Amino acid sequence: MDISGSSAKILVVDDEPNIVVALEYLLQREGYEVRKAYNGQEALECMEAWTPDIVVLDVMMPGMNGFEVARLLRQLPALELTKIIFLTAKGTERDKQSGYASGAEYYMIKPFDNDVFVSTVNEIMAYG
Amino acid sequence: MSDDRSSNLIILFLIFVALINYPFLQIFDRQELWFGMPALYFYFFFIWLALIVVVGLIVRKKRKS
Amino acid sequence: MTLSLVIGCSLAYISLLFLIAWWVDKRAERGVSFVNNPYVYSLSLAVYCTAWTFFGSVGRATTGGLSFLGVYLGPTLLAPLWYMVLRKIILISKNQRITSIADFISSRYGKSTTLGVMVTLIAVLGIVPYISIQLKAVTFGINTLTHFKSGVIPPSPDFWLDAGFWVTVAMAVFTGFFGTRKLDPNERHEGLVAAVAFESIVKLITFSAVGLFVTYGIYNGFEDLFTRATFREDTARMLTFESSGITTFSWNVLIALSLFAIILLPRQFHISVVENTSPRHIPKAMWVFPLYLLLINIFVLPIALAGKMIFDSSIHPDTYVLSLPLEKGAAWLALAAFIGGFSAATSMIVVEATALSIMFSNHIVVPLLIRMRSIGRNNLVNGAARLLDIRRLSILLMLFLAYWYQKSVGNTYDLVSVGLISFTAAAQLAPVVIGGLYWKRATHQGAVAGLTVGFLIWAFCLPLPSMAQVGIISKSFVTDGLFGIAFLKPYALFGVTGMDPITHAAFWSLFFNTWMYAIVSVNTRPSMLSLTQADLFVNIHKYISGQEYDILKREAKIGDLKAVLNRFLGESRSLWLLHEYESLNKVVLDDQKTAQADLISFVETNLAGAIGAASARVVIDSVAKEEPISLDEVMRILEQTREAVQHSRIMETKNEELKTLTLQLTTANDQLKQLDRLKADFITTVTHELRTPVTSIKALSRIILDDYDRLDEERRTAYLQIIVNESDRISRLINQVLDIEKLRSEDNLRPMEPLELTEIIAAAVNGMQQLFAERNISCSFPHTGESWVVKGDHDKLVQVVVNLLSNALKFCDPVNGRIDIGLLQKGGSVLLSVRDNGPGIPHKAREIIFEQFTQLQSKEQGKPQGTGLGLFITKKIVEQHNGSIRVESEPGEGALFEVKLPLSEP
Repeated sequence: MDISGSSAKILVVDDEPNIVVALEYLLQREGYEVRKAYNGQEALECMEAWTPDIVVLDVMMPGMNGFEVARLLRQLPALELTKIIFLTAKGTERDKQSGYASGAEYYMIKPFDNDVFVSTVNEIMAYG
Repeated sequence: MSDDRSSNLIILFLIFVALINYPFLQIFDRQELWFGMPALYFYFFFIWLALIVVVGLIVRKKRKS
Repeated sequence: MTLSLVIGCSLAYISLLFLIAWWVDKRAERGVSFVNNPYVYSLSLAVYCTAWTFFGSVGRATTGGLSFLGVYLGPTLLAPLWYMVLRKIILISKNQRITSIADFISSRYGKSTTLGVMVTLIAVLGIVPYISIQLKAVTFGINTLTHFKSGVIPPSPDFWLDAGFWVTVAMAVFTGFFGTRKLDPNERHEGLVAAVAFESIVKLITFSAVGLFVTYGIYNGFEDLFTRATFREDTARMLTFESSGITTFSWNVLIALSLFAIILLPRQFHISVVENTSPRHIPKAMWVFPLYLLLINIFVLPIALAGKMIFDSSIHPDTYVLSLPLEKGAAWLALAAFIGGFSAATSMIVVEATALSIMFSNHIVVPLLIRMRSIGRNNLVNGAARLLDIRRLSILLMLFLAYWYQKSVGNTYDLVSVGLISFTAAAQLAPVVIGGLYWKRATHQGAVAGLTVGFLIWAFCLPLPSMAQVGIISKSFVTDGLFGIAFLKPYALFGVTGMDPITHAAFWSLFFNTWMYAIVSVNTRPSMLSLTQADLFVNIHKYISGQEYDILKREAKIGDLKAVLNRFLGESRSLWLLHEYESLNKVVLDDQKTAQADLISFVETNLAGAIGAASARVVIDSVAKEEPISLDEVMRILEQTREAVQHSRIMETKNEELKTLTLQLTTANDQLKQLDRLKADFITTVTHELRTPVTSIKALSRIILDDYDRLDEERRTAYLQIIVNESDRISRLINQVLDIEKLRSEDNLRPMEPLELTEIIAAAVNGMQQLFAERNISCSFPHTGESWVVKGDHDKLVQVVVNLLSNALKFCDPVNGRIDIGLLQKGGSVLLSVRDNGPGIPHKAREIIFEQFTQLQSKEQGKPQGTGLGLFITKKIVEQHNGSIRVESEPGEGALFEVKLPLSEP
């Protein structure tokens, strides 16, 4: 993945606006282009037009949950290269398994550490 | 693991019951000196020490795992 | 050597022991345990090596050759099995607060008083000879040191001139100080254990010193000594079994007796089980203790051979350990050896007498006093101090019994022969203990029968003939058989000869003991209590969590239980215990209230620590009246011992009831499971709900911390505002979770008082006036002057109205917000309605809106503020007031919440 030209694109999906605020700030500070969505429907609509490099996805959201969003995303050929990071308060081993099963590359548990989050994103952008 | 250890200890007990009994004793029950000691005296202390060492080993083996 | 030097050294040594014990006890009080250590535990087990080992083994070797080793090979053989057997006994004993071998057997067979008494008697009478040889050895030692070769002074007919008498007095005082310093419900004496462990070191060092002196000082090492021994007929004879006349059978009996003794002797049980601080010490003790036995036995044969070669028959072989150094001019070594032997004797006497006195007071004196009502309910003098006095008295009694035995019988026999009489007595407990551990079917009657037969045969075959020998009782039954029946000669029962007396007695007594035990057990039916105890002992691992369960349902006033505890444990100890119980179970004990079954069990187990299980039961029964066993308790017994109760008639008569009960239990169980699931869901949700605000708080505060300068003023304020809001959210959530918990626990607890509903609404509205003003919402509540009286809890009803209002407030039209409150009568009820002009509630949502953690969200506004618990709590409160709540709404036309409450009768 090439990050030298245009800055990488990251979509943040969470129904908690305050968490989105924090994530947006952190990612923008690193120079990424960030877009926001507050539920699964919005997220999918946004992705079709924008093809983000990374999607940061919450699990427990009203309507469609994060796992469903991930599964649908994985069916879109255009988003083949998009990486999915789950960022959720659901922390059991079973939740983790369902996360990976639905097609995600990373699974992080809330509350998260800012530095760890940022370096994870940077790493994905650097090495894929 | 613990069951194995119990079985080992029971087997050890049975072996030593046999060892400190006839006819084993009869083998050593003679008027001879071995290493400067009466044969029977030597035999008793030898298997006694052996039992202590084996018990020590069995007990130690478990604690590591 | 002068008498005063010997006595001075002994006293100095005893003072050292006191110092050690005092220091260790002091540390224990500060919570630092010195004895909680596998090596100290192993060394304390070496209390097994008494004066018998120190002096007697040598004497034994001169006559019986290597057979003396059997006494140490038996325990060594058993050591590998400690991992299973000893551990099991310890777990049971800690679980049941067992304080002696008598307590153990009595507990196993239904906390039987009879068995407690029997075992105590067997132990006391059986061990008396054993104690007597310690007294004899010390007396012997003093005489040897002070009158070596000048002719042993004959025992004086006047007891005050007899060394043995003063040795006994000294031992009694010493033991009294050591073993009965305080009353501990667990009978743990750290200082005592430490002193015993120390004495074990002294024994080993002094004995080895003598051994080294003899082997390398008098002779040129083992080879030299043994080679010389083979040249003499009388010493060569000692080197093989064949020539010393040991038979396979007597060898095996000896090993079996000592194998039992290592656990069943009262002092061994006391040290290895009662004083045990942790079962984790067992694995190490399994090899350290046999190693100790091995080390202390290495020089027995060399010393015996040397003595035999150097002395003529005028020197008693039991004194070789002292007389060899004396003969070769090493007087100080002889004195050190005497201190070693003194060590061996004192440690045995102290521990044995302590253990026996515990049994004697708990199983004989206390039950007797309780029967006589001398420690009755109205006689609440200091029972703890009295118990200690009883113990001291019983120690004195036992030691003088031993003194008498030594004076009259013991002098005729050598040390080991007398000691083996005690081993045979202790072995009588083996069938009931082993059966008790592994055979559930064993009954109280079986145990009584086995012990009785075993004990009688033992007494008939060993101590009685020895007394006849010295002329205390008529000798005729020894020579002619009991009642002149030749088949009943104590040394040749049924005409069987060719065994030595110990082997003979051990074989017949254990044979009949075991078979009586088994046969009577199979043909009798155990009592309920006995059944549950059997299960507890045999399947201890089921109960390892330490939960006490009791079968008989008992009732007692808490005040009475307290009084009982005070009496036996002392005021401070019992206060502490009850306090412990209160904080553990989160209850406050009220003297006038009836105690729950678990409190009674708690008191009983703790009491059992002080006075034994059987006595504790009697005491508790005196204040608690038993209820007949109820059906579900029968169920529980059935569960545990199905096969045994199958025959029981209870089953047939109550079968029908059981079926319905089972059904009820199944339904109840299903409901419980359901509740459990709900609770789990609730917790999962709550943690999720807590994590969400914590996430924003953590992330944003970290941003502010890291990038303080890079952030502009506006953003900083915005982020801080979010942190404040999210913190509020957490505290709100916590409050509401607590509210829910309160609702659950308070069901139907608060008194209902008549309340004026309009006042409640007014109170709620007033409280929210500020919020309405901020959002520019108009709230109307038309006062018609009518009175609506409902019964309920004021604060809770206010909370209902507040919840409804804040809910309405959240969803109100953001520009022209309007909330209408209305009251209307319908039949015997009042309808309280709250209407808003927000977006309304979708059809689907109306069903779930009252459940926990449901929140509605609109596209425009995103997630509303709140926890999702408000309406759930509201509904719960309304239901507590026998009312109901419903919602009416069409999308786009606002929502109407309607609470229906029953009107109070005027």
